[in-house]
Amino acid sequence: MRVFVEGVGLLGPGLSGWPAARSVLAGEEAFRFAPTIIVASDLLPPAERRRTPASVKLALAVGQEAFRSSGRDAAATATVFTSSSGEAETLHQMCETLASAEREVSPTRFHNSVHNAAAGYWSIATQSREASTSLCAFDASFGAGLIEAVTQIVFRRSPVALMAYDPPYPEPIHSARPLLASFGVALVLAHERGVKAFAAFELTFPTGGEKSTRMSDSALEELRLGTPAARGLPLLEAIARNKEADVVLDLPAGKPLRVKVSPC
Amino acid sequence: MQPLVISRYCAANSLGAGSDALFSALREAQSGLKRCDFETAAVDTYVGAVPGIDDVRLRPDLRDYDCRNNRLAQLCLEQDGFAEGIAGARDRYGAGRIGFFLGTSTSGLHTTELAYRHRDPDTGALPAGYHYAETQNSYSVAEFVRRYLGLSGSGFVVSSACSSSAKVFGSAARMIAAGVCDAAVVGGADSLCLMTLYGFHSLGLTSREPCRPFGADRDGISIGEGAGFALVERADRARPGAVLLLGIGESSDAYHMSTPHPEGLGAKRAMREALDSAGLEASDIDYINLHGTATKSNDASEDKAVFEVFGPQTPCSSTKGATGHLLGAAGITEAIVSVLAIEHGLMPGSVHTRSVDPALKSNYLLENRDAKVRRVLSNSFGFGGSNCSLILGTAR
Repeated sequence: MRVFVEGVGLLGPGLSGWPAARSVLAGEEAFRFAPTIIVASDLLPPAERRRTPASVKLALAVGQEAFRSSGRDAAATATVFTSSSGEAETLHQMCETLASAEREVSPTRFHNSVHNAAAGYWSIATQSREASTSLCAFDASFGAGLIEAVTQIVFRRSPVALMAYDPPYPEPIHSARPLLASFGVALVLAHERGVKAFAAFELTFPTGGEKSTRMSDSALEELRLGTPAARGLPLLEAIARNKEADVVLDLPAGKPLRVKVSPC
Repeated sequence: MQPLVISRYCAANSLGAGSDALFSALREAQSGLKRCDFETAAVDTYVGAVPGIDDVRLRPDLRDYDCRNNRLAQLCLEQDGFAEGIAGARDRYGAGRIGFFLGTSTSGLHTTELAYRHRDPDTGALPAGYHYAETQNSYSVAEFVRRYLGLSGSGFVVSSACSSSAKVFGSAARMIAAGVCDAAVVGGADSLCLMTLYGFHSLGLTSREPCRPFGADRDGISIGEGAGFALVERADRARPGAVLLLGIGESSDAYHMSTPHPEGLGAKRAMREALDSAGLEASDIDYINLHGTATKSNDASEDKAVFEVFGPQTPCSSTKGATGHLLGAAGITEAIVSVLAIEHGLMPGSVHTRSVDPALKSNYLLENRDAKVRRVLSNSFGFGGSNCSLILGTAR
């Protein structure tokens, strides 16, 4: 299965947008860990923007960045959202409220608690009525999202945007499920090599027990292991270095996914 | 799309454990809804609770996965000879060639709700023995089912609220078409928890009586819990008369997080795409199993969409008066209801609905109807405006 990359969006700790992240991943700049700055996307009107929780802001911001560089129309593009945590902050607030005597649940918070909250807001913001799915596969959520996006592209012969994002939980869940940082990445992928395409992915499923590709920089490797959405970093590093590379990603059930990345 | 055969299925919900219990309850027009006495919930509503969940003991090697949702999943996997059927498929294909695509909305959330009531008074920490990955994480039910059935193909959880376990059929169809796997276990589980009871109540969407889909006096949903699973395979070797997944349509509303598009734009798009993918016309559908949640706005918008696509003739009904709204398990449960409708020639009526809202124009069935059913369209719509329509039917 072969697809073409037309746009990337990225926000992570010390990685503010794809141009900055590309320099770090290409080895031109040093990686300096700093809290992730989530710039609220202007896709939603100000009133809605205030109501959107952190994970939704993150997913919308990286999605918007990826579409800007791709030149694709978001309203006409199907989406795959993938996240291990979903809306972490809202889950915590809801559980606190439900553990209180009054149990006064906020209706807005309740509808923001669904795993597909980001997909819902994205569809409203971009006016896209295209198909959209929202996945979870714990630490392998990135790989799961990628195979769903690529099989959709091959099946429907039309582009798909993949948004992988994970915010850390607040305490007390953080101690049970510690994530290193907020991280989000978006890829606009297409079945044909258009003028905006700058890389191709060729996906295969090796049968041997291949190990997932590590980051050579130890701090970036820590980020890769510490945040499920950042498991896609080796793929982004290959794109940033603009050289052909074989990357192995984790799928659920301990299966490997091999992605041959070629510049174009 | 290339049709897939539904070669095995199992169900468990408030109507009973096993698809025979589900069918005989539909045949007898029974309902599993009872006044809510779930845990400490003080919400004046009816729920479809599954009896006996508290007595389910998970297989010892999967003890860490213990939560209401996985107990419900195991109870379901033990029905209808399903696990044995999967063992046979494993022998045929190999465990690594069978995928698992499962839906849930709230996963094992009730475990976290309970843990928050037992935080350490000094540190605020959750109690020791809280297993986040195995219970709370949305992927939990997929990993539990994968291990229970001994599968090692590709898989994940789809969590798109109330369309989750319908959309898994789409993922499975694409993965099989692309050769990622040869067969797949699809379905899902969703179990009662405080968040959905209090959350839907806060939105004014729970009824104080058993829900009355399409009823003139409808005033909200009854939340239920349930699980359902199916084995889907390429249809080329399906036995004659077997029920197939013929088509699927997926769309988004682009309208509101918790209210459907008033004109049913997303719903229409999903139904039309399902017909296109099956290569069928609206007149080829014999019966529609509606999403039909019994809220004012859902039923009005779905009725507009169904009427526009199908006109005034096609019989349709919602079975949520019998089961309650199974949220993330609604899609698979109603897909199984559709299979049963085809296998037994029964269009189920609408338990609890007394009279159809005269403002709604579709051909809504209050009573059961015995008739030849060759093809069914089943709708599942969720929060965030996530829509999915499935078409099931016998081979032409």
